[in-house]
Amino acid sequence: MAHLFFYLVALVAVVSGFLVIKCKTPVNSAIALVNTFFCLAIFYVMLEAPFMAAIQIMVYAGAIMVLILFVIMLLNLGSEARKRYTHGVAWGAACGALVLVQVLYFLNRGEATGMKGEVTSDMINTLGHTELIGKALFTQFLLPFEITSILLLVAIVGAVVLAKKDV
Amino acid sequence: MIISVHHYLVLSAILFSLGTVGVLTRRNAIVIFMSIELMLNAVNLSFIALSRHLGNMDGQVFVFFVMTVAAAEAAVGLALMIAFFRNRQSVDVDDINLLKW
Repeated sequence: MAHLFFYLVALVAVVSGFLVIKCKTPVNSAIALVNTFFCLAIFYVMLEAPFMAAIQIMVYAGAIMVLILFVIMLLNLGSEARKRYTHGVAWGAACGALVLVQVLYFLNRGEATGMKGEVTSDMINTLGHTELIGKALFTQFLLPFEITSILLLVAIVGAVVLAKKDV
Repeated sequence: MIISVHHYLVLSAILFSLGTVGVLTRRNAIVIFMSIELMLNAVNLSFIALSRHLGNMDGQVFVFFVMTVAAAEAAVGLALMIAFFRNRQSVDVDDINLLKW
């Protein structure tokens, strides 16, 4: 039953990903991408990471996609007007297929190590997933956390300066 | 048969290659940006699947940082596209050719 559910959600995610790269209008691509983000959030819940699923929906589907849709509506973009060169599409598809074949080959050859760390399902169920991430984030990864705040400040200032009419 | 980590890694590979095809094929700059976000999310899925498999929290904290950096990149990249649209009235990447020899 869980197997069937996984395959169903995986099929929806792959079809949505295909629609992202295929649709002519950018709005349709954006909506397909939101659908992919929701499927990935379902996968995060299946992988016992509910906090990451909530953050995925809030940040990606709720903030980034809304920003992209704002920009699409602001620039009033229609579909791609000019004719696409078919040889460009063929080369792009060939490169993507090559990447997929390479990755699948190495996935088939390699073996996932059976090394078990200290965080087990029981620990996630008793302590809580949010608490575990908070512990790791504020003790072991404190420096990247602070640097990320500076990164966000720089991004905000940069976005405001870039989009102004007269600097 | 339980869902092993291989299932998630294969799905992540498929999504990543779809994003690659989108970046290489499309000409609209915003659709290229959305394909990049698709690639980032495929890698996020890989991280969380392997983090659960290995019993370590490092992968999920890294996904946290990837999401933060993707949000910052979205803000700056879209502001760049707006600034470019103001000059050229198009977001087609074929029109970004001032530095072309």
